[in-house]
Amino acid sequence: MSTANHTGGFHHAHHFDSAEHQYESSKQGIWLFLVTEILMFGGLFVGYSIYHSLYPQVFHAGSKQLSVVLGAVNTVVLLFSSFTMALGINYVQRGLKKKAIIALAVTIACAAIFMVVKFFEYTHKFHVGTVPGKYAYTEELSASGEKVTKVGALLAEANKLSVAEREHKLHLDETEYEHLTLLERTKNWPLFFGFYFVMSGIHGLHVLAGAFLIFWVLLKVIKNQVGPEYFTPVEGVGLFWHVVDLIWIYLFPLLYLVG
Amino acid sequence: MAHEQHNYLNHQKGIWSWLTTLDHKRIGIMYFIAIMSFFFLGGVFALLVRAELFTPGKTLFSADVYNRMMTYHGAIMVFMVIVPGIPAIFGNFVLPIMIGAKDVAFPRLNLMSWYMLMIGAAITGSTLFLENVDTGWTFYTPYSSIKTGLGVIPMVLGVFIIGFSSILTGLNFIVTTHKLRAPGMTMNRIPLMVWALYSTAILQVLATPVLAITLLLLIAEKTLGVGIFDPQLGGDPVLFQHFFWFYSHPAVYIMILPAMGVISELVATYSRKIIFGYTAIAYSSLAIAGVSFLVWGHHMFVSGQSEFAGILFSFITMLVGVPTAIKLFNWIATMYKGSIRLDAPMLFAIGFMFLFTIGGLTGVYLASTGMDVHFHDTYFVVAHFHYVMVGGTLMALMGALIYWFPKVTGKIYSDLTGRISWVFIFSGFNVTFFPQFILGNMGMPRRYYDYLPTFTELNQMSTFGSWLIGTGFLVGLFGVIYALLKGKEAGNNPFGGKTLEWTIPSPPPHENFDKTPVLTGGPYEYR
Repeated sequence: MSTANHTGGFHHAHHFDSAEHQYESSKQGIWLFLVTEILMFGGLFVGYSIYHSLYPQVFHAGSKQLSVVLGAVNTVVLLFSSFTMALGINYVQRGLKKKAIIALAVTIACAAIFMVVKFFEYTHKFHVGTVPGKYAYTEELSASGEKVTKVGALLAEANKLSVAEREHKLHLDETEYEHLTLLERTKNWPLFFGFYFVMSGIHGLHVLAGAFLIFWVLLKVIKNQVGPEYFTPVEGVGLFWHVVDLIWIYLFPLLYLVG
Repeated sequence: MAHEQHNYLNHQKGIWSWLTTLDHKRIGIMYFIAIMSFFFLGGVFALLVRAELFTPGKTLFSADVYNRMMTYHGAIMVFMVIVPGIPAIFGNFVLPIMIGAKDVAFPRLNLMSWYMLMIGAAITGSTLFLENVDTGWTFYTPYSSIKTGLGVIPMVLGVFIIGFSSILTGLNFIVTTHKLRAPGMTMNRIPLMVWALYSTAILQVLATPVLAITLLLLIAEKTLGVGIFDPQLGGDPVLFQHFFWFYSHPAVYIMILPAMGVISELVATYSRKIIFGYTAIAYSSLAIAGVSFLVWGHHMFVSGQSEFAGILFSFITMLVGVPTAIKLFNWIATMYKGSIRLDAPMLFAIGFMFLFTIGGLTGVYLASTGMDVHFHDTYFVVAHFHYVMVGGTLMALMGALIYWFPKVTGKIYSDLTGRISWVFIFSGFNVTFFPQFILGNMGMPRRYYDYLPTFTELNQMSTFGSWLIGTGFLVGLFGVIYALLKGKEAGNNPFGGKTLEWTIPSPPPHENFDKTPVLTGGPYEYR
């Protein structure tokens, strides 16, 4: 039972000796949880490295499709949000409530920016047909009875148009057109987008979860439920957020740059 | 409960106080009720599967129904009964008391783990009514990802959520063991049950995330067709097996290590002797946990992996035998010249050693690459892992139930009932599974609906044995109800145990200890 003891503003459950004891235990619990997160993504990294070594050309052609600029912007956004998260924890520990609120709010805003950028990246991928696995193939069969990919259909349409018309009508500029042509010639390329969507998708879910958790501790800061004497939830959420950033720092080069 | 003493059972009243309780002892009881219900369901499926195999061809059901019953039997028993079984029920109840703590480190997380198990079980169970799953509990691709129906998705999602429950319980136990030990309770003085649960918790935390991602990938494969397991798109179905067994082999030790912890307690208590080789038993748990991560490849000797990988996995697999044998020989050394009392829990402990030894030794056959080609996916394998998992874990579970029953409820479990139950389970178990070694050697494949007429007698013997086991567990259940209604008052320490839980009243008070205990010696100081 959580018959919490309140002595001098301290806040610890009955089965701990002191607030510090409780803090240390909570921190160990959070670190263990983060280990499980890393291991879960570890499975994906293992899968990625196996298939990357089997089909380097697939990953090369696939990663050419991703926008390094957008990926880099998101990396910077997340790194900055890690900084503001750390600031937020520091402000809470020092009892600077207003500054803490601003720092945490900026962190949430960064998470939102990250997700908006991801939204544009995803929708563009859907538009040009670089989607995972079976959805890369259209239902219609070509005259010879073969399966046609969505990219193939798009390129066939693009070939009938002039460069200017192509850019206006299909939103394909010259480099993108070249990259798609490269992709089309690469066997099994939907596999890359399988990894891209699963890895960045699960990471995106973690960003959302992190944003909600930061919002939760932000409310705690506003309601004065955390402060210099008790800041375990803020620090725990902060650690989670750093791990979410860390995973992206691995995903960005793997997906966007390695090709 | 004479003269209305204050304890955890009457601390609060009403069903709501149970469903929102943060007391590790009450959560342990809630796990007991839930897991025993799953066990009943899984057991009924087992009896039906065996009944179908009474004669070759169709006996009772169509092949389709048989495949589904076999799948549910496996999935329920593995994910909802044997994996959570001992740690969630008895670990929750005794671990904090054994180390002198008032509760686990995170009581709310503990309650959440229980709800996770319930939600996961509900989603998995819902497939019984929505769309039956016929993949077998291993969900092997490409059958699960491409061929069979969509029921696999909720089934796998349920298992994913149950995995969360397992991770959170493990995490809770690790922090509890690290941070909440009473003064004087050094790591080398914690009871062996705690060592076993601690090693199990490490496995739960480190292995389960890999299962989680594997199941998520299977869902992604089925909904998006991501291609990671689909050869048409360049993927590889064998990767699923690697990922799956990277979890599921350590999971075998998640099932068996807590059982070994129980056996250590039982052997010490019922031999009235200081345990032989405390350190060896304690660290062999960690050794088993460590080695278990390196052996998953023995499930795939015939999957086309390289010969070198086969040899390596074969060697490391046999290595697991070393720490296991250390435990077994230490138990026997403990019993040597002890004042052994053959009470029901001790009978279950001896039954464990007997059956687990057979299971372990047949494991060496399967670890030999050459032999495995002959035995692979035959009934030999079925017999082997039932000897290990059922003969091991369920024997220990019954032993633990009778041993800690007085502590949990304040009533004595009738020893006679326990012994009758043991006779049925132990003999029935051997009648059921020993013929399967022979069937496997003769070449009967596992999982099959039909078999050659030559195998009929042995199959009938096996089915007959399953009825004996069923009877044994029913007797066990009767014992629980009888003890609750008419059991004798237990007193603090009916069996003369030396660990901390026997120093407090039964049932224990709400906060376990009125005064935090201070330890000055090890856990098993008999003589």
